[in-house]
Amino acid sequence: MASSSAARPQDPERSAAVRASLAVGLAVSVYGLSFGALAVASGLDIWQTQVLSLFMFSGGSQFAVIGVIASGGVAAGPAAITGAALLGVRNSLYSMRMAPIVGGPPGRLSWPRKLLAGHWTIDESTAVSTGQPTLRGQRIGFWITGAVIYVGWNLTTLLGSLLGNLIGDVRMFGLDAAAAAAFLGLLWPRLSSRQPIAVAAGAAVVAAVLIPWLPAGLPVLIAAAVAVVVGVTNWLGARPAQGAQQREGAQP
Amino acid sequence: MTIWNIVLISSAAVLGLKLLGYLVPPSFIERPTPSRVATLLTVALLAALVATQTLQHGSGIAIDARVPALGVAALLLVLRAPFIVVVIAAAAVAALLRLLGWMS
Repeated sequence: MASSSAARPQDPERSAAVRASLAVGLAVSVYGLSFGALAVASGLDIWQTQVLSLFMFSGGSQFAVIGVIASGGVAAGPAAITGAALLGVRNSLYSMRMAPIVGGPPGRLSWPRKLLAGHWTIDESTAVSTGQPTLRGQRIGFWITGAVIYVGWNLTTLLGSLLGNLIGDVRMFGLDAAAAAAFLGLLWPRLSSRQPIAVAAGAAVVAAVLIPWLPAGLPVLIAAAVAVVVGVTNWLGARPAQGAQQREGAQP
Repeated sequence: MTIWNIVLISSAAVLGLKLLGYLVPPSFIERPTPSRVATLLTVALLAALVATQTLQHGSGIAIDARVPALGVAALLLVLRAPFIVVVIAAAAVAALLRLLGWMS
């Protein structure tokens, strides 16, 4: 990549963070197209779809809401809300990790910036940020990834929902299968060891078995109990040092 | 409950959870059990959503074009295809099978 700023002192931290941010940000924005199209196919209008991307701004939770509405309608509302919130719990973990990074020393974040940082704390901004070697690179990576994805995700959501409105039948274009594949694509990178694989298999079986017996949305929530049982007992658990999630500092 | 209620309440919940992490002391995440449960919760929910989105039809189960489409998606993920390629391929497989009349 050619840089015209030869006169400026080199800033490898910044350019590495910017490159990573743009690559991840642009790739992820494309998901917005599939989200927008599937959302209107699930019965949301363009405004409701856009509000999800503007305010919820968390792909997994957004897909969960439209998936439950698609199969259970408005009656499944409480299950849709609970499912989205439970999927959003991981964002709390991310923001706990990001809080010391995004403000940077020694200044504390002002309220508007704290709000914006929280809003932009998602899988991708956390991943790019924690992948940078220096604190400054981590801060740049977080903010640029957050900004690029926020703009890209919302523009492509709008485009997708406009396209989705032109398409009549969801099933004819395989959009129902696309939603299943989207969940699988979000799940895949998390299947890094035996424990998450066992939880995924158990939860899928529990949800599938319960489908005929419970209203839409509930099988998914009950399947979440598999995670609680395995997580609390640490069945098949790795030792902390081998964990897929690298954390600074060993556990006592 | 209307769709607007669902959209606004769930958005507020997810945004609130993000902000929560900037308010609570980071010592919570250092404890292994809550952190492990939260991580596995995501895995369980996504897996359950894969199952219901693939099999649910009305209030029962149907094996239709979504199943082979998901198989193709899994294969592409093994081959490290990008997310968007996986999603489009799954849609294309299901659409094609239905167009040919091989599966509903």
